[in-house]
Amino acid sequence: MMLRYVIRRLVVSLPLLLMMTLLTFVLMQKTTGGFYDLLRLDPQISEETINRYIQMYQLDKPVLVQYKQWVWNLLRGEFGYSFYYNVPVVTLISGRMWNTFILSFCSIVLTWAIAIPLGIIAAVHHNRWVDRVIQLLSYVGLATPSFFLAMLLLFWASRTGVLPLGGMHSAQYDDLSFLGKVWDLLRHLAIPTVTLSVGSIGSLQRIMRGNMLEVLRQQYILTARAKGLPESRVIYRHALRNAINPLITLLGYEFSSLLSGAALLEIICSWPGLGALMLTAVRSKDIYLVMASFMMGSILFLMGNLLADILLARMDPRIRYE
Amino acid sequence: MSKDKHFVPSPGGLRNFRKNPWAVCCLIILGVFYAGAFLADFVSPYSYQNEDRSYSYCPPMEIQFLDEEGRLARPFVYGVTISFDEFHKRNYIIDKAEKYPLKFWMKGDTYQFLGLIPSSRHLFGVDAPGRLMIWGADARGRDLFSRIVYGGRVSLSIGLLGVAISFTIGLLVGGIAGYYGGRIDDVLMRICEMFMMIPGFYLLLALRAMVPADFNSVQVYFSIVVILSFIGWASLARIIRGMCLSIREREFVLAAKVMGLSDFRIIVRHILPHTLSYSIIAIMLSIPGYILAESALSLIGLGIQDPYASWGNLLSEAMGIIQINFSPWILLPGFFIFLAVMCFNVIGDALRDCLDPHFQVDENI
Repeated sequence: MMLRYVIRRLVVSLPLLLMMTLLTFVLMQKTTGGFYDLLRLDPQISEETINRYIQMYQLDKPVLVQYKQWVWNLLRGEFGYSFYYNVPVVTLISGRMWNTFILSFCSIVLTWAIAIPLGIIAAVHHNRWVDRVIQLLSYVGLATPSFFLAMLLLFWASRTGVLPLGGMHSAQYDDLSFLGKVWDLLRHLAIPTVTLSVGSIGSLQRIMRGNMLEVLRQQYILTARAKGLPESRVIYRHALRNAINPLITLLGYEFSSLLSGAALLEIICSWPGLGALMLTAVRSKDIYLVMASFMMGSILFLMGNLLADILLARMDPRIRYE
Repeated sequence: MSKDKHFVPSPGGLRNFRKNPWAVCCLIILGVFYAGAFLADFVSPYSYQNEDRSYSYCPPMEIQFLDEEGRLARPFVYGVTISFDEFHKRNYIIDKAEKYPLKFWMKGDTYQFLGLIPSSRHLFGVDAPGRLMIWGADARGRDLFSRIVYGGRVSLSIGLLGVAISFTIGLLVGGIAGYYGGRIDDVLMRICEMFMMIPGFYLLLALRAMVPADFNSVQVYFSIVVILSFIGWASLARIIRGMCLSIREREFVLAAKVMGLSDFRIIVRHILPHTLSYSIIAIMLSIPGYILAESALSLIGLGIQDPYASWGNLLSEAMGIIQINFSPWILLPGFFIFLAVMCFNVIGDALRDCLDPHFQVDENI
């Protein structure tokens, strides 16, 4: 039954995806003019090559024919050609997608590792100063624009030299041992991950605190305390499990919503991800690259949402999908 | 998600708002921001494009209250002269011989007050050859304080305009879908899902790619507003629809139908007002999204273009590490974005506490 639901969801989202891409395609076409003009400017590319591209992607045909060609190519695993980078789009996209995934994944891990304990502490010390401080901090965290925080951290890093200033690898990356490589990657990840997480930590902490307070008010907690169980056991054994359950469903949604934030930070911290790629593509009006990154971004997003729904069904037997 | 609960403002609600000192404080800050943006021509000592290259990246000037002998004097600033060291690094040297007293209600750049009345009065400033740069200058030697005040016009108004448009669409679509139900509801909700299916920032970039390159700054401004509202309306429409589904079952809707009112009138005059308190809170909590999205777009160079100022566009100068290092004051616009977002959040939360404690808003961007 679950499988049928997943399949149905995918089938439903397919026409939506097609419509969105068609819209992007048509409108981009309207404004860009001949985007192979860029190629014409490059003396290294001969007129024949350009004509071959025009032939291949039917660039001289009406927009709808071009779109049909694009979709057809897509179905054959052919993403088109990046006129800006001068390579097939597919070689660019896959690596970039992986980088974006790494960034988002690390950010989720960090968010959960910090927000959950904070939420518990805040709930346990409800309305005392610890709670107040945590609430104030999450307010500040929620309101701090991620790009601004990234700049502040980069500023700090450039003053102290503790962390690298953007990018993904150091220059000597290839010569490092495996552990050295991991360490190098983590150092480069630090600033974008932290900035990406700060906002989500604030909101997740607030949700966790709310859930925990709700659970602590329940009668079975009173019972557990009345039995004479130590407070730590009451909280970590009885309360925590019930409070954390509804949060797990958030995981998928969080991953999807992270994508947007990640895109911006990739640009600022020059992390070679999908969002940064899309910006270059948009700036240079590189239509196939825009389309491909747009599609892949949407697919990552969809996957996150789907994952969330599946988790939701797993965790909560009351929800039924038919 | 709304249950079969109706959102009717409680009568004592807004009175509680006044008892929340944080919220009142934030309201005052926002009031100052909006007043400053509205009166930008007058409040700022210089126009947003008044530049003097010899003041490029001039550090913030300190307003002196004591003269050399330590006596209290009329507030003044020292003149500065630029010099370069052997690495061609700029050094601004305070020239104690030149003193420029701070003047109020003084004459400066001419402007059209409210676009109508020509004037050249400014709230404060110093006389010409001197320059007053209380928050330093940018690369082209323009006063950062003036540019921040002018930038507030764009950054603060885009939130309000964007919210106004997307809420009009969201309320109407949600109202129609919820009121009619059936196939209309299905179609409208699928369209909403289409918009919610795509990560906001990617959609933003894709839409921005469609804006013609030869648009002038006013056209770019409005296209950004339209793009932002285009992304934002869907999640609201879904929630409003859920509320309307339950509201339409109530007696007064039946009564309105019996009286022969048109469907449109029933939706707009009788059903949507019941979503009012929800909408007000949602508006407050979604304005920051618009401010942030505009800043982000301008930051990466796809929003408001120089010489026009917006907070994000001003911050884009801080994208280079070298610039931040030598002139950290160019990070200042970021604090204003932060403050504005914080204030809207605090006010939204305070409103929620007094109007409706069970409530969650979707953050779209």
